[in-house]
Amino acid sequence: MLIFEKSSTGRRATAQAPLQQADMEGIPAQFLRRQSASMPEVSEMQVVRHYTQLSQKNFSIDTHFYPLGSCTMKYNPRASNSLASLPGFLARHPLAPETHSQGFMGCMYDLQEMLKEATGMFAVSLSPAAGAQGEFAGVAMIRAYHDARGDDARNEILAPDAAHGTNPASAVMCGYKVREIPTGADGDIDVEALKGVLGSQTAGIMLTNPSTVGVFERRIKEIAGLVHEAGGLLYYDGANLNAILGKVRPGDMGFDVIHMNLHKTFSTPHGGGGPGAGPVGVSERLEPYLPVPMVAQDGEDYVWLTEDNRPESIGRLSAFAGNAGVLLRAYIYARLLGRDGMHRVAEFSTLNANYLLKRLTDVGFDAAFPQRRASHEFILTLKRQARELGVNTMDFAKRLLDFGVHAPTTYFPLLVPECLLIEPTETEAQDELDRFVDVMTTILQEAQNDPEKVKSAPHDLPVRRLDDVRAARDLDLAWRSRAKGER
Amino acid sequence: MPFIPHTEADIQAMLATIGAPDIDALFDEIPPALRCGELEKIPQGMSEMEVGRLMNARARQDGQPLCFIGAGAYDHHIPAAVWQLATRGEFYTSYTPYQAEASQGTLQLLYEFQSMMTALTVMDVSNTSLYDGASALAEAVLMAVRANRKSKSKRILMPRSLHPAYRRVAHSIVRNQGIELVELPFDMESGQTDSLVLEQYAGEDFAALVIPQCNFFGVLESVDELTDWAHTNKMLAIAVANPVALAVLQPPGEWGEQGADICCGEGQPLGAPLASGGPYFGFLTCTQKLVRQMPGRIIGRTLDLDGKTGYTLTLQAREQHIRRSKATSNICTNQGLMVTAATIHMSLLGAEGLERVAAACHANTSKLVKVLSALPGVGPVFKGAVFHERVLRLPLETKDALRSLAAHNVLGGFDLSADYPELGNAVLVCATEMRGDEDIEQYRSKLERVINARIQTPCKLKPDW
Repeated sequence: MLIFEKSSTGRRATAQAPLQQADMEGIPAQFLRRQSASMPEVSEMQVVRHYTQLSQKNFSIDTHFYPLGSCTMKYNPRASNSLASLPGFLARHPLAPETHSQGFMGCMYDLQEMLKEATGMFAVSLSPAAGAQGEFAGVAMIRAYHDARGDDARNEILAPDAAHGTNPASAVMCGYKVREIPTGADGDIDVEALKGVLGSQTAGIMLTNPSTVGVFERRIKEIAGLVHEAGGLLYYDGANLNAILGKVRPGDMGFDVIHMNLHKTFSTPHGGGGPGAGPVGVSERLEPYLPVPMVAQDGEDYVWLTEDNRPESIGRLSAFAGNAGVLLRAYIYARLLGRDGMHRVAEFSTLNANYLLKRLTDVGFDAAFPQRRASHEFILTLKRQARELGVNTMDFAKRLLDFGVHAPTTYFPLLVPECLLIEPTETEAQDELDRFVDVMTTILQEAQNDPEKVKSAPHDLPVRRLDDVRAARDLDLAWRSRAKGER
Repeated sequence: MPFIPHTEADIQAMLATIGAPDIDALFDEIPPALRCGELEKIPQGMSEMEVGRLMNARARQDGQPLCFIGAGAYDHHIPAAVWQLATRGEFYTSYTPYQAEASQGTLQLLYEFQSMMTALTVMDVSNTSLYDGASALAEAVLMAVRANRKSKSKRILMPRSLHPAYRRVAHSIVRNQGIELVELPFDMESGQTDSLVLEQYAGEDFAALVIPQCNFFGVLESVDELTDWAHTNKMLAIAVANPVALAVLQPPGEWGEQGADICCGEGQPLGAPLASGGPYFGFLTCTQKLVRQMPGRIIGRTLDLDGKTGYTLTLQAREQHIRRSKATSNICTNQGLMVTAATIHMSLLGAEGLERVAAACHANTSKLVKVLSALPGVGPVFKGAVFHERVLRLPLETKDALRSLAAHNVLGGFDLSADYPELGNAVLVCATEMRGDEDIEQYRSKLERVINARIQTPCKLKPDW
């Protein structure tokens, strides 16, 4: 039942608004609303009960194992939330003067410095609000760099066929054409194919390493050399930074520009689909183009760097300083972890992934790249099960939900048929991984003995499989427009 | 080891299963020359207690000054239930609802959000958010260029009276696609978009006209005339609105003869704390006709196999994970948690609560303006009616005045002199429902002291004072 359907005319949560209704003196009637908006009229308790009950229909890290590949669904420390929500941080206006901002700016400066060290980049700007905005910023900087050199005939960005959809979409937003590079049978980029397409039209290449197929791109140095030789730049998509934190740094691999997903690697959390934060780091030659604002140190004081003192910047991407509260959470997480904690992120996420891969292949599942070491995630292909049993990846995914496990990422990357991309993260204990193996084994047995049960899953959730075709055909996107037929 | 549950026995058992001698062996595909050493510049980890001490000190350091700045971020009361509910682990630690059956809570909430935003703006459809108001405007501009088939140009008319940061963000995001933002001046007397200059563009090819209500100066624009003018000249009308103001102001869907085509704005006034500028969320609503040009996630109501109502991500063929380079936008993650808070916030306040908040802000700002205008040399710059912000002229350099006020722990408004030098010593002030009579008196007395201090040093006075 929708909150609107619990509404009764004249009911209100009276304590929540000013006790008096002031008038709109001085505003001519032509500017005023003639009819109140159709909003729910409910009591405070109704609201609390409604949204508490809705929350209980969600899977989340706090309630369920959530091995959603490429999303790094690890434990989100409570301290990050409570300390970022201290009254002084919540009350600070984004345009407060520097005299009243040194505490906040100090956190941001420290975070910039820590991210530089963790990634091996020359400079960092925290302002992009999410990974995709970081990608946009990164590609925009690549373009600004070429344009500033008068090298503006470069009109093509390369990306592997296994790349996240945001990579080509971001490149297009920066005015580039996108060309896909095939992935070899071993999971690495097809370097010969890359050589074939590099040229004077190449602005850059966007790579994830470890790649989206869950393996480390072993010839990365050679690839960097080839791209640089052609005059292009290398972009690092930080989606999988969790796998290498403290082990190998994008800057050392030869990348010119990177973004980080702090909601993944720095656990800030995911919030049901954001907010994230996608800081960008660059090599020295791209430093002038970093998005503003940034924080600098001037003697004892922290100062803002804006369009005024960074004229070559690609500019501003949000009205103020990006997702400041997310950045604070990342900073708190980084201080809790410290240097050694960061090494362990990569170590234990990789240990968990390799353990889970081994156990799942032992019970009869097929690895997509069996000859390779897993990074922090790995791909199973259910091609054989789909062919032999008629039970596909989506069926497995839906049946997992019945066992209280959030499904891994399905059907991505596109080049592996019937794939499950599984990322357990470092914060899961061995017992939880073993339970997942047991559940997968059970579903495999069901697929052999009672395939209908798997194909019609889920059975025990608030709803069964939804009619997506109907959703897209008979669009019903708002309660109000349907109920009242208004425009 | 913070947040890592493994015991030494677990580690050994897991390595034995894998068949690896130690954890380091798991990194054997990384070329040894690339491996980094200690991250020496990163400090050692701290306990929760130690980090707590550090963060408390930093949060206290910024004080909690009495704030009369608005300029796109507004200090409203947020009901206690909002963030207690929004930070429940089931909302806080879930992700984008890709598995609809396991995400009905978030999905239904987002559908309710879409319903509330379409009700507030009186538009047909809403997405589930963009990063913030400024980036929502940039996406609205891109959307208009895609959608307006009558326009061959990639030009947009954008008033100078629109938030300067919004104009900068829109420029940063759309310029690489060859889109030009043409600035419309404002009338120096009213503070509204200059209709005489606008008339000079009649008949020219633009994809859209951007119409802020209210504009950056707090001034109300003649939205009916502007919307009709846009449509007469084959442009789309993009509204930029404050959602709290929408509770009392004419909604964009009813502007002019046909209503605006797209409405966007900053969602922060709906339950997001000021918090240094983010996370907030941008909202975006539009007419049914434009729904397939909309960027971002959209939730639809549908039925399950048993005919039971359920909610799911829909029209995904617009999005990057399906369409890749042909998507309407590169956006993936949006601002889900902020939208969760906003939905709860709007449910608690209802239409009447929002109207009361809006009216209280209007009344408090009027009071503030009246009280300050009694001081010598202080007074409103524009004649036009305002919602909850107004531009005041000061009798001394704005920067100096604000610095002196800040030394008294009063943040006296947004300094307009850098973005609008033509306005002279001007400051944009705002008093939301959170700034009562005592706060206003505090501001008045501190400003009086600052002005008097200047009178005693006449050599520094500006000649026009």
